[in-house]
Amino acid sequence: MKERLIFGYDPFVLPFLIGMIFIIAYLLVGTVRIILSLNNNEKKQLFRIFIPVNAYKIVKDIILDCLLHVKIFKRNLLLGYMHSSIAFGWFMLIVLGHIEVMLFTPQRNGIFYYPIFFRYFVMETEETLQGAFFFFVMDFFLLIILSGIALAIYKRFRSHRLGMKQTTKLRLGDNIALYSLWLIFPLRLLAESFTADISGGSFITKGINDLFHSFVSNPANTLPVWWAYSCALGLFFFTLPFSRYMHIPTEILLIVLRHVGINATSLRDGYSEAEIYSCSRCGICIDACPMSFEKKDVKFTSVYFIRLLRRREIAEQPADLCLMCNKCVEVCPVGIDSTKLKLICREINNGAISFDYTPVKYNSPLKREKLLYYGGCMTNLTPSISTAISKILDKAEISYVHLDKDQTICCGRPLLLSGNLKGARELINKNREAIISSGCTTLLLSCPICYKMFKEEYDLKGIEVVHHSVYINNLVKSKRIVLKKTTDTCVYHDPCELGRGSGIYEQPRELLSSMMLLKDSPLQNNESICCGGSLGSISMPFAKRKIITGGSLDNLLTNDPDLLVTSCPLCLKTFTPLNSKRTADIAQVVSEQMIN
Amino acid sequence: MTEFGFKLSQSNRIDLDETDNSVFKKVAIIVPDIKLCFNCGSCSASCTSTHFKRVSFRSAILLLNRGHNKEAISMLKSCMLCGKCILVCPRGIDTRNIIINILKAEEEMK
Ligand code: SF4
Ligand code: SF4
Ligand code: SF4
Ligand code: SF4
Repeated sequence: MKERLIFGYDPFVLPFLIGMIFIIAYLLVGTVRIILSLNNNEKKQLFRIFIPVNAYKIVKDIILDCLLHVKIFKRNLLLGYMHSSIAFGWFMLIVLGHIEVMLFTPQRNGIFYYPIFFRYFVMETEETLQGAFFFFVMDFFLLIILSGIALAIYKRFRSHRLGMKQTTKLRLGDNIALYSLWLIFPLRLLAESFTADISGGSFITKGINDLFHSFVSNPANTLPVWWAYSCALGLFFFTLPFSRYMHIPTEILLIVLRHVGINATSLRDGYSEAEIYSCSRCGICIDACPMSFEKKDVKFTSVYFIRLLRRREIAEQPADLCLMCNKCVEVCPVGIDSTKLKLICREINNGAISFDYTPVKYNSPLKREKLLYYGGCMTNLTPSISTAISKILDKAEISYVHLDKDQTICCGRPLLLSGNLKGARELINKNREAIISSGCTTLLLSCPICYKMFKEEYDLKGIEVVHHSVYINNLVKSKRIVLKKTTDTCVYHDPCELGRGSGIYEQPRELLSSMMLLKDSPLQNNESICCGGSLGSISMPFAKRKIITGGSLDNLLTNDPDLLVTSCPLCLKTFTPLNSKRTADIAQVVSEQMIN
Repeated sequence: MTEFGFKLSQSNRIDLDETDNSVFKKVAIIVPDIKLCFNCGSCSASCTSTHFKRVSFRSAILLLNRGHNKEAISMLKSCMLCGKCILVCPRGIDTRNIIINILKAEEEMK
């Protein structure tokens, strides 16, 4: 293989070249801006990329997430194939193009455009067999990309065929970028086919060349196609910053920032900025969000919230409405913590409200016991749960103190989620003081909202914080209580704060299975749908909550169980009025199944 | 003249022209739910905070409607946003959102 053109240059490379220079400059400036907006501590943290473990993790994540899109694969094979075929295929074309230049025209090493338009500048010689391998792999990866593009086009018009009920709506910048991206590879195929009889090709490029020989081998047709290919590339690079495809370069930066331990602290610091631009608008969070049960509320889902932030528009409404059920965060293939960003929005809006908790305090001094039970506000409203707990503890002959039998001080999580940290701190301190002075070693909780709060925000050193579903399961395993079996069947609802929030999925299921047949529901464990009662939402009206409760119930009752069991007083209270079957807390079920 | 013991007592009537229910109106634009309250008192009866200080959502709404903004706000200052009142309200009123907006209106008045 040798050079066909003496100067190795043709004006058609210009659109590509200018676009490339533009985008490289743009990305450099962007990266520097993000790094500058980190505070001093975070800048120091950046040096952690040189620690081998971190470097290894960063490289691994970049390959798995940015190139192979493994997380999307895990959710949806076709969608994963679509993303990874384009990303990985394109990456391989670039790498192989460079290798070709190094091998066959080393004098052109380092010229930006040369590997991209290699096929235009070279011609076959006698020893072409050396290049045959490359002809084949290049054609192979091009084919892979083209199949991905075909899927992408199909998805745009028929998203449900790829297992997605909804796909994101686009604006001008996105559309231009999208269409130019779709055009790049068919044009590359055409362009390379046109020159396949000069510079060589493999099964598709050569094939097309043979098939339409008279048309494609007409030199007058060749140059316009190469121009078109170059223009499509240039256009793509120029619209990249104004489109969702900014996620391609930004995600790499996000992975780096994440692995050195930087986190979002304001809406526009380096990390959140990187998060906002890393969203590929893949739309996976749309179907996941319970708000999308109502078509018109799709606009409040995380993808659109992030887009509002990116455009610096007011994002208060979706931030306030969100249930904070965290499902979108759980499924996001990029790992964008959108609920954290929403919380920051709320802190800006509600952080200044001054609550007054001076008169708030527990009045009776407590008896000292090893076990302290705190029901919290919600259990106060569902006394069936605390009654069941007391029955179970009595049966197991465990003495305990009920901290908030007559008066509760809220754990502070609702305040925290409303964005009022100051108020939440005050309540935390009051509860913390009472708990520590009680001298207990175990704090038993019935409400997952409290559980998460006590675990994460209370700093209760030396005190084991445990949710009743886990505690009771341990009582059964250690034979402190004995349960009988029933022929009833049940389904278990994972409360958001206990499942996704605290990672407790197994123990409640183990406990239930020891009493009755536990049926599955299509979406469970980390995919469970919020009951709709979540206190995480500040502004969701009753009518909307009801629709979500209905949708969540539909999912749970798919396999027609006799009983819906949950382990959260708020879920219990929310489901009960709308459920045609019986709803019960796991503690209630246990207390009914105990053998004396 | 014989004193019969009758005298005119001061009017208890609320002069609607002079009532400053601006806060109520302001909040009603953001959360129209506020107009649904029929003062049943379920919210106050179940309130977590009222054990410590008189916190009453029901009274606060009544007071706001009559223009007693200060008293209304002082009645919500110790709310913990725990959400019990949402769950018991027979009218399905989004109480916490109203409370937050009333308190925000107060911050703005300062
Ligand atoms: S937030 Fe995550 S899941 Fe949602 S569109 Fe963006 S990348 Fe996809
Ligand atoms: S946290 Fe839940 S309700 Fe909020 S946007 Fe995510 S999925 Fe939707
Ligand atoms: S949210 Fe406030 S007003 Fe309502 S019950 Fe809780 S403390 Fe009382
Ligand atoms: S429970 Fe509802 S309707 Fe009754 S007083 Fe409270 S807010 Fe009004």
